[in-house]
Amino acid sequence: MSRYIVQRLLHTVLVLFGVSLLTFALIHLTPGDPVLVMLGQDATPSELERLRHLLGLDQPLYVQYLQYISRLATGQMGDSIFQHQPVTKLIGDRFPATVELTLAAMLIAIVVGMLTGIISAVVPYSIFDVTAMLLALAGVAMPVFWMGMLAILLFSLQLGWLPSFGRGEPIVSAVQYWIRSGDASDILDALRHLILPAVTLGAFSAALISRLVRSALLEVLNQDYVRTARAKGLGQAPVIGRHALPNAMIPVVTVIGLQVGTLLGGAVLAETIFAWPGIGRLLIQAISQRDYPLVQGIVMLTALAVSLINLVVDLLYGVINPRVRYG
Amino acid sequence: MVETATIGALRAPARPAASNTARAWARLRRNRAALAGLVIVATLVFAAIFAPFLAPHNPYLVSLDTRLLPPGGEHVLGTDELGRDILSRLIYGARVALWVGMVTVFLSGLIGISGGLVAGYLGGYWDAIIMRLVDVFLAFPVIILAIAIVAVRGPGLTNVLIALALVYWTSYARVARGTVLLLREEEYTWAARTLGASPVRIMLRHLLPNALAPMIVLASLGMGNAILAEAALSFLGLGIQPPEASWGSMLNFGMQFLRDASFLSTFPGLAIFVTVLGFNLLGDGLRDALDPRMRT
Repeated sequence: MSRYIVQRLLHTVLVLFGVSLLTFALIHLTPGDPVLVMLGQDATPSELERLRHLLGLDQPLYVQYLQYISRLATGQMGDSIFQHQPVTKLIGDRFPATVELTLAAMLIAIVVGMLTGIISAVVPYSIFDVTAMLLALAGVAMPVFWMGMLAILLFSLQLGWLPSFGRGEPIVSAVQYWIRSGDASDILDALRHLILPAVTLGAFSAALISRLVRSALLEVLNQDYVRTARAKGLGQAPVIGRHALPNAMIPVVTVIGLQVGTLLGGAVLAETIFAWPGIGRLLIQAISQRDYPLVQGIVMLTALAVSLINLVVDLLYGVINPRVRYG
Repeated sequence: MVETATIGALRAPARPAASNTARAWARLRRNRAALAGLVIVATLVFAAIFAPFLAPHNPYLVSLDTRLLPPGGEHVLGTDELGRDILSRLIYGARVALWVGMVTVFLSGLIGISGGLVAGYLGGYWDAIIMRLVDVFLAFPVIILAIAIVAVRGPGLTNVLIALALVYWTSYARVARGTVLLLREEEYTWAARTLGASPVRIMLRHLLPNALAPMIVLASLGMGNAILAEAALSFLGLGIQPPEASWGSMLNFGMQFLRDASFLSTFPGLAIFVTVLGFNLLGDGLRDALDPRMRT
């Protein structure tokens, strides 16, 4: 097991090195002079020179990269060109909102996906199964932004039940306030703002997880050891819960891990539609201002988050799958 | 149903009389979901090819007298904020969607399959370098990497295609490599090697044709993914630029009129949804028909 962990850690370090190279290279993909693109045609030569120097673009490439990676190592990503603040601070202000949205979407995806998948596999070809799988098929093909739009149309504009944009108090501080004062109205308000974006964002992953759980469980339910468990008189619940599900979960855990990237990417779209103040909207804003250091920082952060979560998932995989643990 | 058909297919004795293609087609024809997908895709291709004959109006004709007309009457699906016929724009949008899908699949397939062949067949350093590169690309959320590439290169069709090709090549590389690792030890590969065939010849003449089945499945699912991603980029204003009719950008502009004229965004969204659904259904069906063991 420890050899597996060391191997996996080394692999992550290697991937992160590649990630840093790629994000570094990004700015050099600009057609023409990146500084000119950022400041526009009206910029004076001295302004151009100043920014070029500020970004280190007047240095040889390898020096630029060394500077970039040594700054990264100390947790710095340079300054935003237009907001004149450190990129890390801008991202730090917005990241909690994205984490909240992504976690809520993940929670919905796992709970809904697992439950429907399990029920579908237990009663295959029933009305429930057919309905759930049709919905899952639709969920996988549904563009996030269209679904968000339809949700706003129905629940905000037509029915007036939920707000169509913005975020309430951060959930964490709303809960803290409730503990201190006993007043839960902030939590309610936060949840009312959260529910549409989170469901919209989580729908695709829920559909995917549901389909996967169903097929993995169906396959396991045909195995000899499940028949043995049934033959010795175990009821449905322990057969599914103790014998079938743990084995069916092995591919599911991998896919759930992969959903983190999908959700972070989808968050850009969900945040745009619902005006959710996270890093997705910050990214779009940074792009429209051609604020490349900020773009670079956000892209780097998402790749870092995905790599670290995949690392955790792979280690978890070792825990639930003995073949990996002892392999 | 799929499960029983799959088991049946595995148990069925190999009939040398029928070719693999014929047997795959027979399996596909029995799969109603896949047929539905095929019908959707065929309709889309038809609409794209014959767009000038099918579209009732000029999709680019701006007419401020007919702004925001609701569906019905002369404009079946209504008109947009510039008075352009929405149905006609949707039909022309099929061209954009299909073109983006095909070019993305071709380019990402070309990069990915070449990489996968080399990694799988040559192994060693080649394998290590190519597969670590795959891992690096996979660390980025698809949409965010595509957004970043388009952001620095600038919006527009060409840059969208470059971005999507760079984002989607990894799955082809992985599957191609995996298939080649299996085929590399087949007798016919050994035979070719013994006869003195060069690695390039073995890869292109012996390995590639036998690795095509999973690639076709990936390509069908890849069409749906590419169309979805292009729509997302265009929705964010980073993709296809007006006046070109892209479903994603139509939806984006329609959002401003959500309260009073929701049909502006509802119909383009529906077009994206049905198209992606079609390619997904077809891809799932092809997977079951071509290689029953490849179910994920």
